[in-house]
Parts: sequence; structure tokens; C-alpha cells
Amino acid sequence: MWSNFLSASIFYLIALVSIIFAILSVTLKNMFHSALALIVMLLGVAAFYIYLDAEFLALVQILIYVGAIMALVIFAIMLTAEIYNKNIKRHNQQKLISLIIASSMAGFLIFVLSRFKAQGGVCFFEPLTLAMIGKELLTKYVLPFELISVILLAALVGSAAISKPR
Amino acid sequence: MIPLSHYLILSAILFSIGLYGVFTRRSAVGILLSLEIMLNAVNINFVAFAKFMAPHNLDGQIFAIFTIGIAAASTVVGLAIIVAIYRNYKTIFVDEIDVMKW
Repeated sequence: MWSNFLSASIFYLIALVSIIFAILSVTLKNMFHSALALIVMLLGVAAFYIYLDAEFLALVQILIYVGAIMALVIFAIMLTAEIYNKNIKRHNQQKLISLIIASSMAGFLIFVLSRFKAQGGVCFFEPLTLAMIGKELLTKYVLPFELISVILLAALVGSAAISKPR
Repeated sequence: MIPLSHYLILSAILFSIGLYGVFTRRSAVGILLSLEIMLNAVNINFVAFAKFMAPHNLDGQIFAIFTIGIAAASTVVGLAIIVAIYRNYKTIFVDEIDVMKW
């Protein structure tokens, strides 16, 4: 009873932290700070995956998103360093209308989703292990598995070809 | 335990925050960062539905793994394009890059 309450309250705390850092990531003027705030938000999302019994996905999230993608984004931020002039606007003139649109979409979705009644508790099946993920990747999802390696190869070759100095 | 609708509401809030970032950011890297927020929100949605609606199935988690891979590939290509644009235009503010050929 107490452990259920504790884990639920920690979930809401991590959710609040993730939302706050996502808001910081879209509003901070310094691009590097915004990337760091996004890293905290990605770690929060990894915590949500652990709450949803997807431990492998949480580790994949930390390794790939935080470890690889954000490192690459920070490289790109450093390579395209803007001139740190205080007068340069970081947000364009669509702030008000996009705030209205985004908040109304969020409000509408929250209104619809709060009436969503899922059927009861979760049944206790056997735990889904990493071996099952590996087996499904190679039997049921073998086509996306092979195709994503082709996609990653194309991204690798394409990005190296585009950003080659002439 | 945490009901399903709370996960979906969290995903909707994160998606809207990312949407706001895509609309208002002037820097192209900032737009890519906000796009990452949106993709993560969608992934939370997938895994939450996989756990609550089909707990004996791994489809949602595997879809989320592939979404992470596709997001990685798209971010890499986008950043390469941004670096190439910066090399030519000396700016990455998307409202200043308005000609196809100078």
C-alpha cells in the first residue's frame, strides 16, 4: 500500500520534472542550455519506460537518445554557433498564435483522454524478457529490422556526403 | 497504480510542448530539438498502450525501438543539412534562409 503510493508519487514528480524541462527546452535562448534541458527530459522519458515494464527500451533510450543523438546535436550546436548578440530574437513572431494553438490542442486532448476508461487492472502474464524481444525482432519483425539497418546506412552515407567540405 | 489515461495525458502535454517549439523556434537546431520532444511523446503513447491493452504482446515496444532508430536517422541527416547550410549562408535562422540559390 505504502509502496504503491510512493511509486505513484515518484511517477508524478518525474512527470512534472519532465514537463518543466521540456518547456525550458523550447523557451531557453541559449541553444546549449536548451539541449541540456532536453537531455533531462529524455532521462525522464526513460523513467516512464521503466514504469511501463519496458526496461530494455529505457536502456535503449538512454544509450541512443541521450548518448548518441544528443551528443550529435551538441556537436551541431557548437559547429553552428550563433553570434551571441542580445538583440537577436530566438523566437519568431508566431509566439502568441502558436501558444494558443498548442494549448488548445493540449486542452482538447486532456479533455478527451480524461474520460478514457480502460478496462480494469493489468492481468499477470509471464514477464516479457529481452529474449522475447530478440526472438520477435528476428521472426515477426525481421523485415523492419533489416530495413532499419539500410535506413541507418543511408543516413550515415548521406550525412557524410552532405557535410563534406568542398 | 497509474491508470492509462494519465500516461496519455502526459504524452499529449509533451506533444503540445514540442509542437509549440516547432512553431516558434527560429534556429533550425531548435526546431530539431522540439521535434525530438514530439517523437518521445509518441513513443510513450505506444508503450503505454502496449502495456495496458496487450500486455502479452511486445508490439508497442518494438515499434518504439524502431521509432527511436528512425528519429536518430532523421536527426543525423537534418543536422548534416544544417551544417551545410551554415557553411553557405552563415546563418541557421530559418526565416533568413529564404532563397534557393543566391
